[in-house]
Amino acid sequence: MAKPITSLRDFETIAVGPRPPGRPEDGGRGGKEQPPNLPEGSYRLAMLFALASIGMLFLGFTSAYIVRQGLGGDWQPLDPPAILWANTLMLLGSSVTLHRSRTLLRREAIREGVRWLSLTMVLGLLFLAGQYGAWRQLVAQGVYLNTNPHSSFFYLLTAAHGVHVLGGILGLGYITLRGWRWRLILMGTPDRLKHYDALVGAAALYWHFMDGLWVYLFILLFLWR
Amino acid sequence: MGFALALVIGVITLGTVVLFAGRFWWFPEAISEHGPSIDRQFMLTLTIIGIAFILAQATLAFFIVRYRRQGEGRASYWHDSPRLEALWTTITAVVFLSLAVLGQRVWAKLHLNAPPPGALQVEVTAQQFVWNIRYPGPDGKFGRTRTELINDVDNPVGLDFTDPAAQDDIVTVNQMAIPVNRDIHVILRSKDVIHSFWVPPLRMKQDAVPGLAINIHFKAVKTGQFEIACAELCGLTHHRMRGFLLVLSEPEFERWLQQRASP
Amino acid sequence: MGASSAPFSVSAQGKNPRILKGGKAMTQATAVHEAPKSFIRRYIFSTDHKVIGLQYLFLAMAAVAIGIVLSLYMRLRLAWPTERWPLLGKLFPNAMAGGTISPEFYLSLVTMHGTIMVFFVLTTAPLGGFGNYFLPIQVGAHDMAFPVLNMLSFWVTLAGFLVLMAAFFVSGGAPISGWTAYAPLSAVGEIAGPGLGMGQNLWILSIALFCIASLLGALNFITTTLNLRTKGMAMTRLPLTVWAWFTTAVLALLAFPVLLAGGILLLLDRVAGTSFFVPGGLIVSDKILPHKGGSPLLWQHLFWFFGHPEVYIAILPGMGITSHVLSTFARKPIFGYRAMVTAIFAIGLLGFLVWGHHMFVSGMSPYSAIAFSLLTLSIGVPSAIKTFNWLATLYKARIHFTVPMLFALGFVSIFVTGGLSGIVLGQTSLDIPMHDTYFVVAHFHLIMGVAAIFGIFAGTYYWFPKIFGRMMNDALGKLHFWLTFIGIYAIFIPMHILGIAGHPRRYAETAGFDFLTPLQPIHVFITIAALITAGAQLLFFFNFFWSIWKGKKAEMNPWRATTLEWTIPSPPPHDNFGPQTPVVHRGPYEYSVPGAAEDYLLQTAPPAPTKS
Repeated sequence: MAKPITSLRDFETIAVGPRPPGRPEDGGRGGKEQPPNLPEGSYRLAMLFALASIGMLFLGFTSAYIVRQGLGGDWQPLDPPAILWANTLMLLGSSVTLHRSRTLLRREAIREGVRWLSLTMVLGLLFLAGQYGAWRQLVAQGVYLNTNPHSSFFYLLTAAHGVHVLGGILGLGYITLRGWRWRLILMGTPDRLKHYDALVGAAALYWHFMDGLWVYLFILLFLWR
Repeated sequence: MGFALALVIGVITLGTVVLFAGRFWWFPEAISEHGPSIDRQFMLTLTIIGIAFILAQATLAFFIVRYRRQGEGRASYWHDSPRLEALWTTITAVVFLSLAVLGQRVWAKLHLNAPPPGALQVEVTAQQFVWNIRYPGPDGKFGRTRTELINDVDNPVGLDFTDPAAQDDIVTVNQMAIPVNRDIHVILRSKDVIHSFWVPPLRMKQDAVPGLAINIHFKAVKTGQFEIACAELCGLTHHRMRGFLLVLSEPEFERWLQQRASP
Repeated sequence: MGASSAPFSVSAQGKNPRILKGGKAMTQATAVHEAPKSFIRRYIFSTDHKVIGLQYLFLAMAAVAIGIVLSLYMRLRLAWPTERWPLLGKLFPNAMAGGTISPEFYLSLVTMHGTIMVFFVLTTAPLGGFGNYFLPIQVGAHDMAFPVLNMLSFWVTLAGFLVLMAAFFVSGGAPISGWTAYAPLSAVGEIAGPGLGMGQNLWILSIALFCIASLLGALNFITTTLNLRTKGMAMTRLPLTVWAWFTTAVLALLAFPVLLAGGILLLLDRVAGTSFFVPGGLIVSDKILPHKGGSPLLWQHLFWFFGHPEVYIAILPGMGITSHVLSTFARKPIFGYRAMVTAIFAIGLLGFLVWGHHMFVSGMSPYSAIAFSLLTLSIGVPSAIKTFNWLATLYKARIHFTVPMLFALGFVSIFVTGGLSGIVLGQTSLDIPMHDTYFVVAHFHLIMGVAAIFGIFAGTYYWFPKIFGRMMNDALGKLHFWLTFIGIYAIFIPMHILGIAGHPRRYAETAGFDFLTPLQPIHVFITIAALITAGAQLLFFFNFFWSIWKGKKAEMNPWRATTLEWTIPSPPPHDNFGPQTPVVHRGPYEYSVPGAAEDYLLQTAPPAPTKS
């Protein structure tokens, strides 16, 4: 330790030893989207908290639902439009394809992984189209948003969930684009791959949550009475 | 600077205490049976928080003067004392929770008990800026009402006169008479938005919520005329939604009621 | 490396503070990556947390100026209800036709003042402003975890603010339903009163935007605190400000979505004919409404489930700043650091369990009222712990009466005063006479409004030299403190008396009731006090803007404080710490450590004091 201390780095070296290799120390700082030393865990962490927040939104709706149902009176439960079962299968299937995509990406099979990612998006879009179909079915039966409280909640909850699924599709789209760009340009450096995996991991968390949320809403709306 | 701040804190504390202890403006005398218990609990709480207020401000002022920067030397490096912390946590917890428990007594008496059986029933239906009062009449039963029949000119609560029980109902506007020393059971309703039935000397406040019939009960023990105010923002002239509570002796009350019975 | 690392040399770490004092070592650290060059990317759509923090601060300053002006109009109406103010009427030509403040305009003012202050001042300044600016620096990060989200968060907040302001200019004017927007008044449209048409819709939209913005911000705060702390910055070494922002962010993250849910339901009731909050058979203005079966209490539950945590969202950062400033100028470590952190968390947690105390007389079950009451008074315990610890911090201290310290001491005094009246309101029995009276107004203004504002003032005077590189004027600051501190008490202590006398809040005048007219002198007194106190705020605004350009140059660490923001130049460079990441070796409040050369040790000071 004869070396004179001239910088913070010297303090650090004395206190906790030299920095571990592989930690990027420069480049990209300032003006870029993330600081270079953004630990990949940030995505997952932020996503978990975001989901807690989204969970609270739907908890708010749920408590309103339960209170409103408890008031009785004009509460007339709808029968689930048949197409909802198909939609549910579609969304559940999309979770499977996303999982498959993740596994492939982890194995660095980027091309196949991104392909499965696209399939997931297609299934998500089909789900949304199906939900729209369910609305059309109800409208054809003369059931509107303000027909009775249960129909209000059906439209509200499916719409709120649909918006979130749409957000998920956009997110996956962004990730797919990034995957293409990075694969073409860089052929996947380990850093990039790690970063990409973290992105996809966070997106997958979101997507599975939306999947589970839909199952929950389905049960709340039609099975649990 | 330290002296000045301590002085200001001291003056503010003193002024506050004088303002509260002097009772230049205060709540009106309670006229309900439960009123004095609320007042007692209030004074007890006020005394306790008053002491806490004086102690805290005085300590703050004292420390500000005593430990202002002076001379040489350093502050003490004293920053933890588990025993002290446990002590004051326990004291505050005991004091606050005892107050919380004591604070439930009147509440429980008023709200956890059903109105006593012989209570006089009065229905209060609030609407924007008016209190509609309905008595069940000689048959002791409120008649049926229907929303479609409501008419501010001659049928403010929408009595359905095809119901025999409705025919003897007595409806007044902004005038609520009750007999003294008798349990009163008020059924609070609202036609439009949320209002709140607030009679300060009665120490009674309860929201009137549309779609709900909220039951409260009380007993007035002093006669006189008092004001009914709306205590929940209800729209444009919320501040002028005034009714009158007349606490009358039993015979006067009967006479009052008869005068208003439909011929 | 040489030149750029000079400010971080060992001499800046507390060993040789002469260099610090002389300000010679204040060479700007060159950023590794240059800051964006274009004006737009740099100052408008910036992703730099410091610029965003300032944007929030300036937004809050604009909002608070508007909020104060609105409150003065209210005070004028209350003191002299029939007086005409043609000049003041020019500001609101439609609502104040003829220069009188009409009751409906008074209620619009009530609504807008409350909404602006709660959302765009008390949430925006301490969390969005100071939190954004200093949280990353205090944890040793170069920026927030998600700078783009951070930028969006600000712009969505601004959009929310503009939408709210637009409510003044639509037909019918601003809503009159109060900041709590109780349904059905807020849900049935213009027939229930002026401003309840488009104005109310804009209000809901504004709140919804604010919710979304807060969520984005909160995510950043949480992730940054948990994941971007620099080496050595253990959670137990975080400054209490960071703990407060972190807890606040968690509260915001969990509370705002529920308000958003409520807002969506309310909007649907208004525009889509649903009946979530509107019960059947309502007759408003002689018209039977088509709604049926909704529950007005449901809105209150959703609103207060958010609304009560919101109180803590407003006050917790103030507590953090007060702890921080008290410790700095007491030259003593904060007393009971762990107890302080525990208390912050306990307050945050209990804050979610006490919303029902706003609803004791709402028609809610009287049994749940009792449960809410017990929980409410138990929240007094962590609050008392904080007060005791602040007082204990002053014990055997060496208090420097700087302007931030004065405001921090004022905070403690006001926090005690405002908190104690909560002991009255939290009791079910006593809430019967006190609910919705001026006693409540006095209580929440002191504890949530003024105390939080004192926290903001303390923070502003404390961090101004770091943000702008110049000191604020000391004499003006002290004058501002004295007038504000005395003025605040003169305004709010008498309001308790109004409440005890039974004066309901949100009354445009006392003339309607015999029991209220004798109280009119108090209203006049309060109005005069409010005018003087508001006038004193001009000193602050003047001092603030004057000092940005003309203030005395500030050193890197003018307060001789310990946390990481004081290890970097004032104002901090674009990437905060330049090429180096700071390494933290000790807790945040190491003042008057026995044996140390100075009476403070920076968090980055090496573990064992080197021989000198």
